[in-house]
Amino acid sequence: MKNKVIYTLFILIAIAALCNSFVIENPYFKITKKDVKLKIPKGFPKPNYTFKKNKLTPDVFVLGRKLFYDNLLSKDNTVSCGTCHQRIAAFAHIDHKLSHGIYAKIGTRNVPALQNLIWKDAYMWDGGVTSLELQPINPITSPIEMDESLENVILKLRANKEYVKLFNKAYKDTLINSERLLKALAQFTGLMITANSKYDKYMHKKDTFSIAEKNGLQLFRTKCAGCHKEPLFTDNSYRNNGIKMDTSLKDFGRGRLTEIEKDYRTFKVPGLRNVEITYPYMHDGRFKKLKDVIDHYSNSANHDDRADTLINKIGVLSAQQKKEILSFLLTLTDKEFLYDRRFADPAMLQ
Amino acid sequence: MRSKIVISIILVTILSIKLFGQYSTLQLNFGHYIGDQKLVLDSVMFKNELGQNFTVSKFKYYVSNFHFKSSSGKDIFINETFLINEDEEESKKIILNKLPAGNYTSFDFILGVDSLHNCSGAQSGALDPVNAMFWAWNTGYIFLKLEGFAPNSLSPGKFFEYHIGGYKQPSNCIRKISIALGKEVKTDAAITKEIKLKVNILEILKTPTTIDFSKLSSVTDHKNATLVADNYSDMFKLMPNEK
Ligand code: HEC
Ligand code: HEC
Repeated sequence: MKNKVIYTLFILIAIAALCNSFVIENPYFKITKKDVKLKIPKGFPKPNYTFKKNKLTPDVFVLGRKLFYDNLLSKDNTVSCGTCHQRIAAFAHIDHKLSHGIYAKIGTRNVPALQNLIWKDAYMWDGGVTSLELQPINPITSPIEMDESLENVILKLRANKEYVKLFNKAYKDTLINSERLLKALAQFTGLMITANSKYDKYMHKKDTFSIAEKNGLQLFRTKCAGCHKEPLFTDNSYRNNGIKMDTSLKDFGRGRLTEIEKDYRTFKVPGLRNVEITYPYMHDGRFKKLKDVIDHYSNSANHDDRADTLINKIGVLSAQQKKEILSFLLTLTDKEFLYDRRFADPAMLQ
Repeated sequence: MRSKIVISIILVTILSIKLFGQYSTLQLNFGHYIGDQKLVLDSVMFKNELGQNFTVSKFKYYVSNFHFKSSSGKDIFINETFLINEDEEESKKIILNKLPAGNYTSFDFILGVDSLHNCSGAQSGALDPVNAMFWAWNTGYIFLKLEGFAPNSLSPGKFFEYHIGGYKQPSNCIRKISIALGKEVKTDAAITKEIKLKVNILEILKTPTTIDFSKLSSVTDHKNATLVADNYSDMFKLMPNEK
């Protein structure tokens, strides 16, 4: 009798174990401790956001990844962060001038790449958001982006069995609140670090530049690096780079925020890494090609009268110089980042 | 011998914790008034300084960073933030339980959220952004919201709304509020002492600047925000019968 009980128990356990092994995780999407270790690339400064009060763990990162790609964050469950921020475009929106949000509404600004965010001191084209953790409240609650309230997102998450499990796994208890939601998203976006381009390999003497690329770097250092400072290719300042205001959008940039005269029509200097694939360019996506951007900088006659003094110093670039700058910009593409499996959406490929 | 010393050290420590480290509990009550009338949301019409009618539909604000001065000259800092909301009865009674037992003669606090807490990323509790006291597009907490209906308002629907915040110069809207306790308040661990504050909403609409609903019915970013902040800096008083 006793034997029978033990025997039945044994069978049951074996079945349970078998069942479990059928849902093996695809190793491509598995996140390990090593995957979430923060590595500061050689030559990079100290980051502004350090994860100090948001300890990086595989389970929180996985939760952040699921949230980033989940339409549940929008009111009618049609838009996720990943809708606008596409992995193949360094998390910019490829070939979209202005962002497209919920109910097919069109935003007023171009979707920026999400990369090296922890070195920024402020986010958005005008720097209005000063915390990586608090940034997602903007898209979630914007009536033309996701049009949802933070409160309601929390309610939806609490009612969702899978999220209850994931939050529990990540935080060791069942509490679901905005702090945890936002911190999980910050782990996912904060680890989007790009530092393995040809330029980086050249700088660390692991690759070589062609003559054109070398000349391009030289030109870039004299004409562009005053704002696009290496190695992040931004000095985090706000400038007017000579583009005239689109009178239909009337975007005053930083000025709208600070109402300080000198800030009007200035925008945060974007880091140029992966710029080859983050087209179109500028806060309103007005330039389709890198060639158009370089032509703009060279064409001083057509610069806005509020252009920064460094812009006027660039001067006319010869056809040769333009080509060299372009070939240098192309060395900033980081394939390892663009194909980093940690940032892929597990739901897309299963 | 050795063990005796150890035991006496332990005893002395326990005793001193009991005697000197004793926390008391103090409750601050925030009573909301329009002049001398008690605030009632929505249904009751009040009058501002200019005789213009108005009702109040929402009244919420943050108080934080308390300093209590004791009669022996000590300054006790309590680093906590509370959200007071007319619509939530419980929120109008805040409990401070990290105050050492003692005799207190005055205290101060700030209306608002200091720059440290404005720059601390995602937070929970009173500072959870779900409380709708947060600006997403220009990161920062809204310190005070006063909304209502005023027939003189020229905005659509005849509403007025004052959303005041900003911790950076030149539009810093944090205001320090100092309250002198007429007679000393003695706190101890045994009972919860209460201090009642009268919060007069009329003060938000006057001194130094008298607000005319037909001229200024909406403040939702830093334009005119310090004007309202200067007004609200004198809205807290000790409840008269406490003096
Ligand atoms: C409808 C498209 C859209 C959606 C959905 C969206 N974003 Fe964005 N995102 C943008 C645009 C446009 C900007 C730039 C906005 C600005 O400058 O005002 C931006 C900016 C950002 C930035 C700042 C980048 C920088 O360098 O300054 C971060 C971080 C970000 N988004 C993360 C997210 C997250 C996380 C989500 C999901 C919760 C999300 N976004 C959803 C369009 C979108
Ligand atoms: C005075 C500072 C300044 C200088 C000098 C400068 N830029 Fe820029 N650059 C900016 C700013 C600011 C923007 C964003 C402007 C906007 O969107 O309104 C920008 C945008 C760009 C963009 C578009 C990036 C994107 O993601 O949309 C590229 C590419 C670029 N710059 C390349 C260059 C090159 C190449 C040079 C040198 C020939 C240069 N910049 C010189 C400030 C500068």
